[in-house]
Amino acid sequence: MFTSLMFTSILPEILILTLAVILLCVEPFWKEEERRNAGWLTAGGLFLIIIVSLLFGRPGEPVSMLGGMIRFDWLGFFFKILFMFAAAATALLLMDHEKAGRRGEAYILLLASLLGMNLMAVSADLIMLYLSIETASIPLYILAGFLLTDDRSTEAGFKYLLFGTLTSTIMLYGFSLIFGFAGTTNIYQLSQLFAVGDISTLLAFSIFALVIVGIGFKLAIVPLQFWAPDVYEGSPTPVAGFLSTASKAAGFAVIVRFFFIAFPDFSTSWTVVLAALAAITMTVGNLLAISQTNVKRLLAYSSIAHAGYALIGVVAFSQLGAASVVFYLAAYIATNLLAFGVVMAFSRVTGLEDIKDYAGLSRRNPWLALMMLAAFLSLAGMPPFGGFVAKVFVFAAGVQAGYTWLVIVGILNSIIGVYYYLNAMKYVYLYRMPAEDEEKHPVPLTRPYAIALGVLVIGVILVGTVFAPWFSWSDAAALNLF
Amino acid sequence: MSFPILSIITFLPFVAAVVMLLMPADRKTEVRGVALATAAIDLLLSAWVYAQYLLGGMTGYQFIEQYRWLPALGINLKFGVDGMSAPLVLLTGIVMFTGVLISWGDYDEAHHISAGIQDRPREFFSFLFLLAGGVFGVFVSLDLFMLFFFYEIAVFPMYLLIAIWGWVKTREYAAMKLTLYLFIGSVVALVGALAMYWTQYTNTGVLSFDMIQMESANFSSSFQYIWFLPVFLGFAVLGGIWPFHNWSPDGHVAAPTAVSMFHAGVLMKLGAFAALRVGIMLLPEGAKQWSWLIMIFAGIAVVYGAFIAFVQTDLKYMIGFSSVSHMGLVVLGVSTLNHNGLVGAGVQMFSHGVMTALFFAVTGMIYDRSHTRQIPELGGMMKALPFAGIGFIIGGLVSMGMPGFSGFVAEFPIFMGVWGRQWLVAVIASISIIITAAYIMIAIRRVFFGPMPEKLEGHISPITALDKLAIFTLCSCMVIIGIFPAVMVPMVERGVENILRLLGGA
Amino acid sequence: MDFLTSHLLSLILFVPAISALILFFLPSGELKLLRWFAFGASLIPFALTLIVWKNFDPNQTGFQFQEIYPWYEALHSSLHLGVDGISVSMVLLTTLLTPLAILASFSVTDRVKPYMMLFLFLETGMLGVFMALDLLIFFVFWEIGLVPMYFLINQWGSANKDYASLKFMIYTMGGSLGLLLGIQMLGVLFGTYDLVALYDRWNALDAGSILLGMPVHTVKTIAFWAFTIAFAIKVPIWPFHTWLPDAHTEAPTAGSMLLAGVLLKLGAYGFLRIVLPFYPLEAKIFAGALAFLAVAAIVFGAFAAFGQTDFKRLVAYSSINHMGFVVLGIAAAGLAAGTSDAHIAMSGAVLQMFNHGLSAAGMFFLVGVIYERTHTRNLEEFGGLFPLVPVYGGILIFMSMASLGLPGLNGFVSEFLVVRGAYPVLTVYTAIAMLGLLFTGAYILKGIAKVLHGPENEHWAHGEHKLTEINTREIFVVVPLMVLILVIGLWPAWILEVINKAVVALF
Repeated sequence: MFTSLMFTSILPEILILTLAVILLCVEPFWKEEERRNAGWLTAGGLFLIIIVSLLFGRPGEPVSMLGGMIRFDWLGFFFKILFMFAAAATALLLMDHEKAGRRGEAYILLLASLLGMNLMAVSADLIMLYLSIETASIPLYILAGFLLTDDRSTEAGFKYLLFGTLTSTIMLYGFSLIFGFAGTTNIYQLSQLFAVGDISTLLAFSIFALVIVGIGFKLAIVPLQFWAPDVYEGSPTPVAGFLSTASKAAGFAVIVRFFFIAFPDFSTSWTVVLAALAAITMTVGNLLAISQTNVKRLLAYSSIAHAGYALIGVVAFSQLGAASVVFYLAAYIATNLLAFGVVMAFSRVTGLEDIKDYAGLSRRNPWLALMMLAAFLSLAGMPPFGGFVAKVFVFAAGVQAGYTWLVIVGILNSIIGVYYYLNAMKYVYLYRMPAEDEEKHPVPLTRPYAIALGVLVIGVILVGTVFAPWFSWSDAAALNLF
Repeated sequence: MSFPILSIITFLPFVAAVVMLLMPADRKTEVRGVALATAAIDLLLSAWVYAQYLLGGMTGYQFIEQYRWLPALGINLKFGVDGMSAPLVLLTGIVMFTGVLISWGDYDEAHHISAGIQDRPREFFSFLFLLAGGVFGVFVSLDLFMLFFFYEIAVFPMYLLIAIWGWVKTREYAAMKLTLYLFIGSVVALVGALAMYWTQYTNTGVLSFDMIQMESANFSSSFQYIWFLPVFLGFAVLGGIWPFHNWSPDGHVAAPTAVSMFHAGVLMKLGAFAALRVGIMLLPEGAKQWSWLIMIFAGIAVVYGAFIAFVQTDLKYMIGFSSVSHMGLVVLGVSTLNHNGLVGAGVQMFSHGVMTALFFAVTGMIYDRSHTRQIPELGGMMKALPFAGIGFIIGGLVSMGMPGFSGFVAEFPIFMGVWGRQWLVAVIASISIIITAAYIMIAIRRVFFGPMPEKLEGHISPITALDKLAIFTLCSCMVIIGIFPAVMVPMVERGVENILRLLGGA
Repeated sequence: MDFLTSHLLSLILFVPAISALILFFLPSGELKLLRWFAFGASLIPFALTLIVWKNFDPNQTGFQFQEIYPWYEALHSSLHLGVDGISVSMVLLTTLLTPLAILASFSVTDRVKPYMMLFLFLETGMLGVFMALDLLIFFVFWEIGLVPMYFLINQWGSANKDYASLKFMIYTMGGSLGLLLGIQMLGVLFGTYDLVALYDRWNALDAGSILLGMPVHTVKTIAFWAFTIAFAIKVPIWPFHTWLPDAHTEAPTAGSMLLAGVLLKLGAYGFLRIVLPFYPLEAKIFAGALAFLAVAAIVFGAFAAFGQTDFKRLVAYSSINHMGFVVLGIAAAGLAAGTSDAHIAMSGAVLQMFNHGLSAAGMFFLVGVIYERTHTRNLEEFGGLFPLVPVYGGILIFMSMASLGLPGLNGFVSEFLVVRGAYPVLTVYTAIAMLGLLFTGAYILKGIAKVLHGPENEHWAHGEHKLTEINTREIFVVVPLMVLILVIGLWPAWILEVINKAVVALF
């Protein structure tokens, strides 16, 4: 029985698929140098899709659709918007990538992965969830190893593939355990079947452990983080940006839905586990970030740490907690994409990725320097950028839930963060190029970068100042979890 | 709603910062013009607010503006000033204006003097204005969340301003140290603020960051006992309270002149003010229980800062440590929790702000010309820079607490307040007066009088009219308040009444 | 005219300060204009003081010409001015000496403008102390007087000025610290600084009550010593006197005149105005100690003066010696409060303050006159100057005799009164002090001998070192002093009556 709601619920995915198909058809007709236009097409198309979805695809009362496979609610919808926004920005950043920008496959893979992520955000069934995770992951494996002539990229792709498949297999084992005990794969029915006392704590813990391994890989939380720096460093920078933002956020979409909906009765167990993981993740990520000399590795470790901060909101297990996670991710996606975008714009011209190579950037391109400043300060959690408000909300949720110790760990960590972010900015603003002739070495921005970075920096500031609308959406999303 | 004057005062610097960033980098004069115009407007507006409050006989919170910001969590953009904050708003206006004046500077070909800011003035002024906007925001915020928001905005430009335009030798170290100290302090206070927020929710069912509302949140005695110290000390770090003062002198020394002025003149007040507003006014019971400790810290800061200042040979370090000592007096006044002490603290915040801005302005002028701040290497500046010399002497007299100047008007009630609590502390702290007199007098004599070192002969060009205007503005504030305390004290008293009410009329 | 009569004191007080500000705007190069303006400006308060003196009614108890303006309402302090017999004579001394000091400084050529401004500010500071009827205001002016003096010594002083000026500053700041704390304690206890109100309330305190957690007696003792030390440093009383010879010696001539003539009186005045009225009991208990210090000052001051080879230092130590009599009088008055002995001693002390003001100013001026010509103060280099400068020599001898206490001149009257008043109550100390007088004679005669007597001095008689006679301007400076010295010596009643009535009313 087909209803229009079925169509509405997957409207963005249908449109993404259409876009991918169009791209696939158009691309062969373009000449080599025109293929860059695929980026315009992707970004523009996604922009249209976002508008269309906002106009026509908004959810009403949360309902399970398509035979209970997906859940059509604000939580999924808001995440989808975020993913599509991230993918559009990534497409723009990819355009002027020397090796990947002129190949249509890159954009198509991006869209395919986006499709998977969108479905991850709405999956209401373990099978659907697993499939969507794989859909999102496999194109990313390829994208990470996209630069065939570059050893580091190949290595990154391979590493990502190996760890990814391994962890998803482990997660699949966890799913099978759940099915074995509950007899259903529908997340929304699990909470009734798994009441405390029905299964032993040990079993519950093993299920959590197995699932956390799978999702934790996506989130890159300690101890499943070690792939991240190598993969980020090796893969094309825009892809690394996408990996560290949308892919991570998709993991959070899954983790909140899975734990909040399926295992509310076991919250005392899994919050403790996640709290410990959050604390370790933040600390390890930040401490390792201090000694990094490569910007992409620095950002990799910092994004590990940020997963830790966001987990505080999950640990809080409250409506404010969930809302703060969603808000945090919104701010984080804009911020981190901005950071990677700046890195991309810089290394495209200079081919360099070490922090020390950024010396004199503020004289070579003051705008780029300012955007980098905005990104890094937002990551550090300084107002008026998004990172500050996001952190305050997450911490507020933590304090409310009584996790003051975790908040204090988070605060100590953000102090470390301030240190290394500012340390990096020191090169940009304070140090000069060896010959002090920055005027002769400008770092021009091409139009796609200017657009993408401009939009992102405005986004970062908007999230950090006029935070009411974003928060009310996050709150609406969080409402669907309770 | 009436004319939103506080919002304009607060957001004008932000707007100006953005405007300046959008201007072409090589239009230095235009950038400076925008900066000066903005600063002048802000000064006039803040003076207007001040005058209205004083002459209009206003009490309590006035000029209140409220905009819904995030109703779901009870966050509002709520502005207002009381007798405590209005002088500080004016102070910020003054320091901002004079800071721009003395940073104007053009390269002096004849003497090879690069006074003011030559390197990237566009970025300099816009970062400085971000800082200024943040400072205004803290002083006028009546919403705890917004207070933190602006507080952090006021902190991070300091890093850039010091690291980029600071003194080459120590700027990286000092800037990082300063930023980390302040950040630690503020986030520690933030945890306390969040705890207050939720406890208020539990107690009264109101979800709000509104500080006026929080005043009646019925925090339990034990809650206040636990959270007072983190909140108070977290903010007081920025006030340079001993033993967390370490960042401050280093920061002063490394910072360029205008930033030192802001730093010592306004930012340190930010810490003391926020500690007062959040720590004492919202957690009065905790304040009563812990005031003995704060008093000890402050007493040590007063005496210790003066002693350390005494042995410095670097002019800026000397002033930096004297700031620790003087801010110690502010905290000392606050810790008395009585009328006199609080009034004195309120006036001292203003007085010290103006005085130390003046000190740093003059020091900067000397350094620009002599390229040294070592007191033994200077001399005879009075002949070359008489105007600056007189300014420095007046600042010195204020610093010593000489009657007839604002320092006396401020320090006297502080000591009286301490008498009311613990006479021994008053006696010990008063030692600092002599030490201060000694080092100030020695510095004045060595720097401004006596023969000028030969290598400086001919290198000391006169200061500009803008510099003179800045010095004059700052000096006149100190003298006017010193001779007519009535232009500030009644206003501060009205603010203090409110605090005393919260303290239960203690 | 109404305005004038109702604001007499505030006019006297602020005319110098306002003139100083006007001076600031006059051209720096016009030395003549600056000098005469300053001189003229300092004559106005003198003229006004004469009006005050004329209208002052000695028979009326309490303070006259009172004015009160709000100042620091938060602390309940107001600008409360008023004079009684003691302070009016001090005001007269100040307004008289300041124009003379300015006239004496006409020879200054270095930075005349700031110099004159500082003098005028100094005058305001000193006058404020004598007029204040509010403790906070008292302190304000007490401190304000310090700064111009510091800069005068530091900028226009002689060789060792840095050391001397800093020592002066630190000592007096240290002293005023005690003053500050004492005043604050009173303020905290009573919520007011008004002297008139405090006189009533302080002595009405119940002896058994507890203040600041201590018994009243302890509080009073602490406060007594805080004030006493503050004033003792200023007077200065042995052993707090060591700043004085340095400061006097290094100060410019006119600075020394005011320093010795007026500034030292501030300390003694503090004793009269604050210590004795507030702490009659403590003053009685510790009178012995005070008298001991006074006698020590008299004797050691004289000995030290005798041992000096520097003319100015000799005069400086003589100040310590003379101020010792003031303190002795105060000690005696404290011990025998309420008796006629006390009144005599106290009147003597006040008159001695006045007299010492005249003679010390004159002596320092005369030292300055010769120093300006010879650029040395070493007594060994003088001698035999009388034939060269007979007029100067005559004046010097006259002044020295006044200082010595020669009957018929003013010093005799006041010292006699002090000794007369102190003898019955502090016999032993007074007896020793009398012995001290012997040494006073010794060092003064030594000074005269070393400077004037002996065979005509060849070195200063001819050529480029030729010593010139005292000039007309300088005579104008010193003549008013000499006239007053003589008048008081022969007919002291006109001033003694004013002082005595005030003393009787107070104690």
